[in-house]
Parts: sequence; structure tokens; C-alpha cells
Amino acid sequence: MSVGCVLVVGLLFGAVLVYGGYLITVLQLAMIYGIFCLGLNFFMGYTGQASFGQNAFAAIGGYGTAILCVEYKWEPALALVFSMAAAGLTSLVVGYPTLRLRGHYLAMATFALGLITYDISVQWTSLTQGYMGYAGIPPLGIGPFTIEDERLKLLCLVVLLLIGLWISQRLRDSRFGRALRAISGSENGAAALGIRISRYKLAAFVIAALYASAAGSLFAHVVGFISPEVFGLQMVVVTFTMLYVGGIGTVYGPALGAIVASLLPEIFRSAGRFQDIAYSAVLLLMLIFEPKGLSALAGLVRSRRAKSGG
Amino acid sequence: MALLKVSNLTKRFDGLLANNGIDFEVPEGGLYAVIGPNGAGKTTFFNMISGFLPPTSGKIEFAGRDITRERQDRIAAMGLIRTFQLVQLFKGMTVVENVEVGCHLATSGGVAAALMRPSWYRKQEMGVRDTARELLAFVGLAEQADLDAELLPYGQQRLLEVARALAAKPRMLLLDEPAAGLNTHETDALAGIIQKVNARGVTVLLIEHDVGLVTRIAHRIAVLDFGRKLTEGTPDEITRHPEVIAAYLGTGDSADA
Repeated sequence: MSVGCVLVVGLLFGAVLVYGGYLITVLQLAMIYGIFCLGLNFFMGYTGQASFGQNAFAAIGGYGTAILCVEYKWEPALALVFSMAAAGLTSLVVGYPTLRLRGHYLAMATFALGLITYDISVQWTSLTQGYMGYAGIPPLGIGPFTIEDERLKLLCLVVLLLIGLWISQRLRDSRFGRALRAISGSENGAAALGIRISRYKLAAFVIAALYASAAGSLFAHVVGFISPEVFGLQMVVVTFTMLYVGGIGTVYGPALGAIVASLLPEIFRSAGRFQDIAYSAVLLLMLIFEPKGLSALAGLVRSRRAKSGG
Repeated sequence: MALLKVSNLTKRFDGLLANNGIDFEVPEGGLYAVIGPNGAGKTTFFNMISGFLPPTSGKIEFAGRDITRERQDRIAAMGLIRTFQLVQLFKGMTVVENVEVGCHLATSGGVAAALMRPSWYRKQEMGVRDTARELLAFVGLAEQADLDAELLPYGQQRLLEVARALAAKPRMLLLDEPAAGLNTHETDALAGIIQKVNARGVTVLLIEHDVGLVTRIAHRIAVLDFGRKLTEGTPDEITRHPEVIAAYLGTGDSADA
């Protein structure tokens, strides 16, 4: 990614950290969504499969953390890891039969997964407290140290997002990542070269679920409250927007998309009742003029520079 | 001993007999070809051997093992690697990355190795990069290495598929109409590449439409027509065979089509 892009993002975070206020919360959520999108990108971007149900795994993370921390007074970090394990296991069990489907059928099946999870979170009131949701979830922390300060929370989330990015980048540029991207390019071609399609698809699905669960847990800690709506359809739509605006299948696109798509509505807040229209218009324009996402824009600048230099 | 042995292979699509009791053997180190008019069942034959289509009946053995109804990636792992008539490039990847994917079988390591990057893994990745560049140079695509694979002209896409297949270190290479869409110059280059690959000890079986290419390089040729094997023999025998001339090369003409 170009230096300029890093600089802009760095300045943005610097300014927000200094001036504080409401934008800190916006960026906190952007980081959480970014982590979710990084995972989704493994399955939808690198591997080229459709999933409309990753919110199910975010719900597992969120409710896992809420229940374990509020009811059983677990350590936040421990609850997060335990929830991730539960989400990973669930994705393994659900993914094994579901990933035999392709294209629209896979999209429908995963969509159903999200809806079922939503219904469970509404109906199983003895476990999830239904529409009421869980309040009073403690902030992140380890042992006696808890992160109460909003700025510190944001920094902590930035670090976690960077770790997520690092993992995504390492896995993409490897034998494993090449196999995923080959499946996205041509399943027949990949199978003919000895790549076990079903296994790699499942691996990408599980990785996506782990990221989603971590994002769900982090949301619970940072906001302190979760309800079924948090992990509902809205989440699917928002994260898809982020993924496509940022650049699906790229390393930095999902994180970039999460930041941009989170900040845009704030920029148009002054537009009052036209806020949503302005937001949608800008998103549309972005997708028309940069269909490969914003991270392609950064690549464009770099390749032009390389050409003029050589 | 035959490396590939196909016995009584039959594929029926509802009423249509696409392959009818085909017997065929390819010895280790051979450069064999299957020819036949359009719709003769050549690609069906290939798809069954490479595991992309289950046969209705019959048996396929590779290196002494029964591979009938075996999964594609397992067949590939045994060293039987195929290319496709309709090129199956990995879109969104560069030319050299396409070949790197080909190294999948010849390498190892999953998620943990990719994250931790122990020294053996880094060495392996460097090896993959070198192998991919070498193979691209071998098929004459060295200069296109960093292009988007989709941007290659059709003829070069075919060469890329061959390079990718070679990266898998095949024991036997199945080439499905590798010369389709190539001009004379490109076909000549391809003939040279196939012969060089064969000279390195890789058994080759190709399906071809281009009779000129096949009779020039193949050791032995099988002719399919309407799903059954018409005959089999050396290029000389095939081009003189009256039934082949009638069915495929056209009656009356000499066989230098």
C-alpha cells in the first residue's frame, strides 16, 4: 500500500486521538468492523465464495463474551478466546455440509445461518435475554488491568486490527493463500493441480468465523451492551459495503473500507435528513469509478509512479 | 509395464454412448496421442481419466493402482496432471503466481507454517519462486511473468497452463487440445516444448485436433470415432489406415492434412 495512504490514515487517527469526542467511538467501531471484514475477506475475497451469514459467528462471539463475563465473571481475554473456539467449532460443523453448495445456493444457505442465529438470540431468552440484550459487559482487560479510557480502547483495537492484518497478509502470500486464490480463479484448475477444494474452502470459512467471533466479543466489551439487532441483517449489509468499497480480495481493502464506510456518514451528518442519500450517492460513485475498491486506488498511484520512474 | 491402463472404459449420458468400451495403454516415458473428429468422445475420455467425470463402467489404472472414481486432487497427487481444452487460468493472479500454484503438490505446509515461517518454509517459498520463473522461461513466457494472467493472449494462456502443470512435477501429463487456437509458429514452439518435457522422462498423452502436430511428435496414436476406438498405431500406420482416412481425414485425400 502506498505511503500516502498510510500517512492519511495515520494523520486521521492522530487527530481523532488528540481531539477526542464522538469520532473516537466511530473509529472504535470501524476497527471492530474492520476485524470482521478481514475475516470475511478470507472467504469471500481470497477464496471467492459467498457468505451472507458471518454475522452468526459474530453473535457467538458477542453472546459468548457477554454470558461468560456477566454471568460467570470470566476474564475478558479468556472469554474472547473461548468464544472464538466455540465459533470455530460451530463453523467447522456447519461448514462441512454447507460448503458443498456453490454460488447462489451457498449464499442462500449461509443467509439462513445468519437468520437462524438471529432467531435463536431473540427466542432463547433464558440464555440470551432476548430483545432485552445483555448490558453491563465489563471493558477489555487482563487481570487487575482494565482499559476504561476511550483513547486507550481505540489504540488497543488498532493494535488488534494490525495483528489481524498481519495474519491476513502472511496467509495470503503463502502456499495456503495461493491455494485459496486459485479456488477463486478456477475450481477445476485448482483440483487438477492437486488442491483439495473442500478442505481449503472449509479452512477459509473457519478463519472467517474466528475473526467474526473476535469482532463480536470486542464489540461487547467496547460498547458494553449487545442485543440481537447488533448482529442482525444490518451487520451483513454494512460489512459487505465495507468489503466492496475497500477492495475485496486485497489485503488492506477490508480495513480501509471499514474506516471509510464508518466515517462517511459522519461527514454528511450536517446534511441532516439528506445524510443517507449523500452517503449512498458517494458509495455508488466509488463503486462506479473504482469498482475494485479504494485499495486499488492506492495501487494505481504506485504503478503510475513506477512507470514514470522506470 | 503400462503407466496408464484403461480397460473397457464406458461412459453413457442417457441415450448417448460417449465412450464405448475403450481399451488403451500408455507405457512409462511414452508420448501418445488420442485423435478423433469433434464429438468423438476425446474430452469425455480425458475427464474420466483425470477424475472429473465418473465412468459408467470400466477400469482405469495408473502406476498399478486403480484410480477409477478417485477424487481429482488425489489423482493429481499421484502424478497424473491434466490441462483443459478451455483454459482454466486463475483469474486475479499474475502469470508467475499461476505457476506458483502449480507447485502446490511439490511443496507442503499450511496455516501454521505460513504464519510462523520457519526456515524450511522460507527456503521452500524461495524455491517455488525460482521454479515458477524457470518454467516460464522454459515455455517462453519469462517476460510476461508479472502480468495479470487474464491479459495474456489466448495462445500464451495455453502455454501458461502447460507451465503450471509442469510445476506440479507430473509423472504423466494429460494435455487436452493444447494447440487449439494457436498459430503455426506457436504450434511449432509447443511441439518443441512437449518433446522436451517428454525427453525429461514425463509420460505425455495428448488429445489433439491438429493432426499435423500429432503425427509429427507422437510415438503412437489412438483414433476415436463415435465413442469407440477405431484403431491404434504409429503415426505412419494411422495416416495410411483406410478407416481413419474415411472417418477423420476425409476420403480420397492424402494424409498430410
